[in-house]
Amino acid sequence: MYLLVAYDVSTSTPAGQRRLRRVAKVCQDYGQRVQNSVFECKVEPAHYVAFKQSLLTIINSQTDSLRFYHLGRNWKHRVEQYGKNTGYDIEGLLLVE
Amino acid sequence: MKTHLNTLFVTQEGTYLHRDGAAVEVRQEGKPRLRVPLHNLDGICCFAWDCTASAALLAACAEADVTVSFHTPSGKFQAATRGFTSGNILLRRAQYRASEDESLSLAIARNMVAAKIANARQVILRVVRDHGSRDEEKAARLSAAAEQLTHRVRFAQAADNLDSLRGVEGDAATFYFGAFSDLLTNNEFVLDARQRRPPIDPVNALLSFCYTLLMHDCRSALEGCGLDPQCGFLHRDRPGRQSLALDLMEELRAPIADRVALTLLNRRQLGHKDFETRENGGVYLKPDGRKTVFAAWQERKQTEILHPLLDERISYGLLPHIQARLLARHLRGDLDGYPAFLTR
Repeated sequence: MYLLVAYDVSTSTPAGQRRLRRVAKVCQDYGQRVQNSVFECKVEPAHYVAFKQSLLTIINSQTDSLRFYHLGRNWKHRVEQYGKNTGYDIEGLLLVE
Repeated sequence: MKTHLNTLFVTQEGTYLHRDGAAVEVRQEGKPRLRVPLHNLDGICCFAWDCTASAALLAACAEADVTVSFHTPSGKFQAATRGFTSGNILLRRAQYRASEDESLSLAIARNMVAAKIANARQVILRVVRDHGSRDEEKAARLSAAAEQLTHRVRFAQAADNLDSLRGVEGDAATFYFGAFSDLLTNNEFVLDARQRRPPIDPVNALLSFCYTLLMHDCRSALEGCGLDPQCGFLHRDRPGRQSLALDLMEELRAPIADRVALTLLNRRQLGHKDFETRENGGVYLKPDGRKTVFAAWQERKQTEILHPLLDERISYGLLPHIQARLLARHLRGDLDGYPAFLTR
């Protein structure tokens, strides 16, 4: 399954800054950063459950927000990119040259 | 849900791979270039002399069933890493017993070789079907070769010992590679005979490179289901040789590797400028040519086919894994014979 994860973590306190870093770290384990607080992740359903759970235990539901967008099977037709592109296609050729 | 996962290729010298959380991070000159989560990968293939990976990454890859293999820039296999011997000891014991038993080995190897020849024949027939009307002489030569291969499939099925089976295999290979030039619609390239170590012309170089990629996929597929890639049935034991991976490759060579090679040459995606001759007389792919092959390989792996036995749509990339699993089921005694993969 292909997911878009976006979050808003309140960084007005040191604890909030720590939460932000931890959220980003977990997201990096599951997908690629496409914008500052936006990740694209290709995950198995079982991974998704673990992923979601670890994010939910980190965030503070009073001050932070977390959104999962399920892009489905045809995600390629649902994503358009303009401007500077730093991402890669997880199903395409991964080559470091 | 079945998905086939991606392979990360590294061709740049001076690359350092290390673990970052549950992802692999690729660094060049100390700067991060790419970060890919490990659960999206099933292999990392490095084609460079100066490419290093941290121990923590290798351990994480072993844990996550990601095969890491190191090759020379021209594609020769150097080393691959593995973690603790995993999987099922009972399955491996069954594998060793079968490999020591001539009749069991023969039964498995016979299916593999027969499928190899039949699949090569399909590649020829496909070209006759698609392009035969353009050049009737060529078509006639190809049909004759296909006819020869038809006989060899029967001989392989009837072989009563491994040596005569290997003889049939070699014989079939001579006919197949003898007809290979006729499979090329791009007249700039010819294949006189299959030649390795070193390959002496572009077509041989390309075939060798494609077989290297297939080898990596077969090896990781076998390890993925707990089989020992070194203990084969058709190929005999030799230190360092991945005999079972070579066995498993046989039936997949024509439909996966050869077809990729043919397509690249026939569509003129590769030309003479993509190859270079070195001092030892060997011909090798240049970096740009290699990149073209990687892209075509990845595309081929994503192409879907109907598996004739499972009657399910799967991608070519999943094929080595499925065949390895079927082999394991046969060794465990769940299947009467090893059902080698046959293309339609």
